[in-house]
Amino acid sequence: MQQRRTMRAGDQPLVKWTLIGLAIITTLLMLVIPLVLIFDMAFSAGAGNYWDNLTNQYTRHAIGLTLLVAALTVPINLVFGVFLAWLVTRFEFPGRKALITLIDIPFAVSPVVAGLLYLLLYGSNGWIGSWLMDNEVQLMFAWPGIVMVTVFVTCPFVARELIPLMQQQGREEEEAGVVLGATGWQLFRRITLPNIQWALLYGVVLTNARAVGEFGAVSVVSGNIRGETNTLSLHIELLYQDYNVVGSFAAASLLAGIALITIVVKSFVEWRQARQRAPLAELSDGR
Amino acid sequence: MSISIEGITKNFGSFQALKNISLEIPDGQLVGLLGPSGSGKTTLLRIIAGLESADEGRILFHGEDVTRLHVRERRVGFVFQHYALFRHMTVAQNVAFGLDVLPSRERPPAAEIHKRVQMLLEMVQLGHLADRYPAQLSGGQKQRIALARALSMKPQILLLDEPFGALDAKVRKDLRRWLRTLHEEFHFTSVFVTHDQEEALELSDQVAVMSAGKIEQVDTPQKLYAQPSSRFVFDFLGQVNVFRGERSDSTLRQGDAWVRLPDAAGATSLQLYMRSHEVRLQTTPAAHAHLPLRIESVSLVGAEVRLELSPVGWSSEEPWEVGITHAQFNTWQPQRGDQCFAVPQVAHLIEVDAHTPHTLRWEAGEMDDPAAMI
Repeated sequence: MQQRRTMRAGDQPLVKWTLIGLAIITTLLMLVIPLVLIFDMAFSAGAGNYWDNLTNQYTRHAIGLTLLVAALTVPINLVFGVFLAWLVTRFEFPGRKALITLIDIPFAVSPVVAGLLYLLLYGSNGWIGSWLMDNEVQLMFAWPGIVMVTVFVTCPFVARELIPLMQQQGREEEEAGVVLGATGWQLFRRITLPNIQWALLYGVVLTNARAVGEFGAVSVVSGNIRGETNTLSLHIELLYQDYNVVGSFAAASLLAGIALITIVVKSFVEWRQARQRAPLAELSDGR
Repeated sequence: MSISIEGITKNFGSFQALKNISLEIPDGQLVGLLGPSGSGKTTLLRIIAGLESADEGRILFHGEDVTRLHVRERRVGFVFQHYALFRHMTVAQNVAFGLDVLPSRERPPAAEIHKRVQMLLEMVQLGHLADRYPAQLSGGQKQRIALARALSMKPQILLLDEPFGALDAKVRKDLRRWLRTLHEEFHFTSVFVTHDQEEALELSDQVAVMSAGKIEQVDTPQKLYAQPSSRFVFDFLGQVNVFRGERSDSTLRQGDAWVRLPDAAGATSLQLYMRSHEVRLQTTPAAHAHLPLRIESVSLVGAEVRLELSPVGWSSEEPWEVGITHAQFNTWQPQRGDQCFAVPQVAHLIEVDAHTPHTLRWEAGEMDDPAAMI
């Protein structure tokens, strides 16, 4: 009886290897092969053609717009995320718990729905949009609208990374700093930031990846004007619908490349965070 | 620098943490705030530092109102319970932090900061650890670094929150002695929070005993121990032996046991509180008290032999504890199960449901039969 109890589920080699085999096959079929195929298709008409596809006027514009959106979204959500995490972990106020829950809304809502909501509010017939139209400000079907929905969709990433970490670290170190005479900015710069820097970078990497690749919300508010409001992901779809399969895969290979870089950076940051969380183990190895 | 606390009240939601607290801390004193957890002592310390704001009342440093002064401007040294060292900085960077964040016109040159830090580290005898990170230090070392950091800005007031709470007994004793020396050397005013009565009594010039958001008593350790002003202080400070009984005329009686009171007090339901050194043991009852006890255990460790005793023919909530000298122990040779009698020399009378004790002393003539005394 005693011996049988120590047997755990999956201890039989048959079960173990069947599961591992299934996992490998699934990964190959669903992740690796599609990724390889993207590059295969992109280069199917030769490297010269690939280069021509990328330097095409409209593709270049789409790349530029995508970079602009990411360049605006990331700093906005960086500041917003830090601010929000600081607020909910350092202060007690009514509605604090509700706020932490509300942060997740962009994750819970489908991006298309988010896009439609923005259209409803800021479109030319919308509540705020009609007023803006009278004052000759156009947000929807222009790049500001694309930035707005991207900010909305990606806003939880930084805050979600920071909140648990800052909760765990507590505020004692900051209190020690302020007793020693540090100003608010010095506290943030010298105590808070060094403690959260890797989590912050992690959040930024995720925000950036999502901002570059966002499709649903952007497609609703952009209006798909080629050479004007087309981001890279929208451009890929447009090329594909034009039966320019090689061109669309060439553009897709750019996004896939960004994804690969993201994964590498993400693994590095994760490794650094693990090291920071277990400084004792690391140091005793070093001595 | 003296500290005056005037009518401080603090609420957390519906919980009243401090109820109209007033306390004078003279310049250069080491004062302990002692109390069980939840008594408000840490809250009071944080209000003195400015880390928490009071709902009502004032804090004065050297006669100057600092209630509205930001914690940054109060220039106190604060030692946190869990050290709160900056984990991403070396020991030297930790100690230098206060100097580093000074505005540039007040900040000493880097070489001088370095020298000051070295001096502070030497003072806490950890100069050789300057380049280590907090995670590489033991608890006692961390605490000393936290102290060096708190003293780096030459504060005239040092506040310590359960400074030795998380350390083992041996390290705690060393650090206590060392804090006392440091205090005498630098002559700052210190307030420390503790729930350890031994620590409070050993370290402090004065101890403020707190309970449920109020100060029960402020006195020197000697007076606090010898003349507790309330039942709470009595119970909280050290072991106490209790005899509860009903008075008729001048005799307090419960079961087979009785004590003759020197003066007849008013109420009938009474309690006698006795510290272990205020009771003697005899093999025969005395004329003024008949308190039979059985020896339950004998502990030989320490300066005196401690006997744990249980009542015979009467009852008490807690077992009694009495200390006898090793010499007495050698002549008497008490064994577990032996019977003896307690003879109170001094006792503190508290009426049931009353708050303040009344001290009783028996004259030598009333305590007869010296031959029976051990």
